[in-house]
Amino acid sequence: MTKEAKEIIIKYLKENNRYDGRKLDQYRDIVIEYDISKSAEGSARVKIGDTEVLAGIKLAVEAPYPDTPEDGNLMVGAELLPMSNPEFEGGPPGIDSIELARVVDRAIRESKAIDTKKLCIKKGEKAWAVMIDICPLNDSGNLFDAAALAAVAAVKNTKFPEYKDGIIDYKKKTNQSLPIKKLPVSVTIIKIGDYYLVDPINDEEKVIDARLTVALTEDNVICALQKGGDSPLSVDNVSKMIDIAAKKAAELRKKL
Amino acid sequence: MTYKKRFDGREYDETRKIEVKAGVIKRADGSAMFKIGNTVAYAAVYGPRELYPRFMQDPEKGILRCNYNMMPFSGSGERVRPGPSRRAKEISMVTEKALLPVVDLGDFPNAVVDVFIELPQTDAGTRCAGICAASIALADAGIQMKDMVSAVSVGKVDDKLVVDLNYEEEAYEEGPVADIPIAMIPSTGELTLLQMDGEIKKDELLKAFEIGKKTLLRINEIQKKALKEKFKLEVE
Repeated sequence: MTKEAKEIIIKYLKENNRYDGRKLDQYRDIVIEYDISKSAEGSARVKIGDTEVLAGIKLAVEAPYPDTPEDGNLMVGAELLPMSNPEFEGGPPGIDSIELARVVDRAIRESKAIDTKKLCIKKGEKAWAVMIDICPLNDSGNLFDAAALAAVAAVKNTKFPEYKDGIIDYKKKTNQSLPIKKLPVSVTIIKIGDYYLVDPINDEEKVIDARLTVALTEDNVICALQKGGDSPLSVDNVSKMIDIAAKKAAELRKKL
Repeated sequence: MTYKKRFDGREYDETRKIEVKAGVIKRADGSAMFKIGNTVAYAAVYGPRELYPRFMQDPEKGILRCNYNMMPFSGSGERVRPGPSRRAKEISMVTEKALLPVVDLGDFPNAVVDVFIELPQTDAGTRCAGICAASIALADAGIQMKDMVSAVSVGKVDDKLVVDLNYEEEAYEEGPVADIPIAMIPSTGELTLLQMDGEIKKDELLKAFEIGKKTLLRINEIQKKALKEKFKLEVE
């Protein structure tokens, strides 16, 4: 079944086409909507074609980690909700949820998207914690890029709640935004046979040989990489994939 | 006797603004979004599909399995830790019981119909919003049903009987509060969900049911309209 599907997909790719009619390096339509949850301090909805992901941010005041006493904490969580895909199951996060969360986390953390020094309230005692949660509503492929985009959009949308005498009043939002330094964007390149493509739909994801998620900042610095899939990649493969990612990242960033 | 006007200016028997859409999740067999005031519920239905683990299968009929979940950022205060809490498990269970009487799974032995309810934004009334969304999603999935189920909270704030309490009303401190989520089968008037927090006298409770019933018939119309709306678009 999968083998036949793969043959059909490759047949289309030979003609520089895909069976939903797109070019190899073409994303489906992308729509970003901000402030989709009044309960969160920041939130966003990202639609890439039929794929739909919500990201929300909660802020809290916590003790900083002992090894970074002058920094606020950052946490990214993701749950592959069984609502979004018939193949996802409930229960504690599986490896796919964990990988998704960690890849989004790395892009934001390593690009220093948020200036965590500015989140410190009292050295070693109190700092803001930024908790980003990713919830897919519908998985029609390419959750990686949708999740990363939703997370960054939600970061952009975040306003601090009022904080007085050690107590947070979540009901009152200030107009102060998070200290943002960079806006990382992730692009996942899929390799099927000798072809590279972006923004895979479910059927394409099932037959990949390899994938590479590349997160880039606005100055084209790579801030996170994650190779997936069962086949190896040559250095030449990786080089080509990064070139495509850089081109596409600029396109995605315009949507933010 | 100080609750003379509702915090958000509504009439005592008036719900918050309701917005409904059917068919919002493409991969699901049926789905719906139900928004009431600032509470938003999504429901997705998958199935009938084979049920694992096997010992849970019923050779006589399919089973209905509901799962209620608040997204981590959906609470009005701190982040809600992901994973099922005791509260979420109880709500999942009562949601199942609220929907089961209208659902006919006799043709699907050993199968399960899964209902997933997710809330991205909450302001009280979440289990009722979830049940309203789930009922539309089940119908959208083409599951055989005797009727839909409509749900709303009724209750008492101070000495006033009200429908659809919001968080501010639930937290009212100047007088007694009763919060009574109910679900009803519109065609028979039977209740399939009944819970209560707070204090109320029997005659007041019966009066609250009366007001609730009228409200639920209105909500049912909105649910049906959303379903018709979806299938109208598909025909065009």
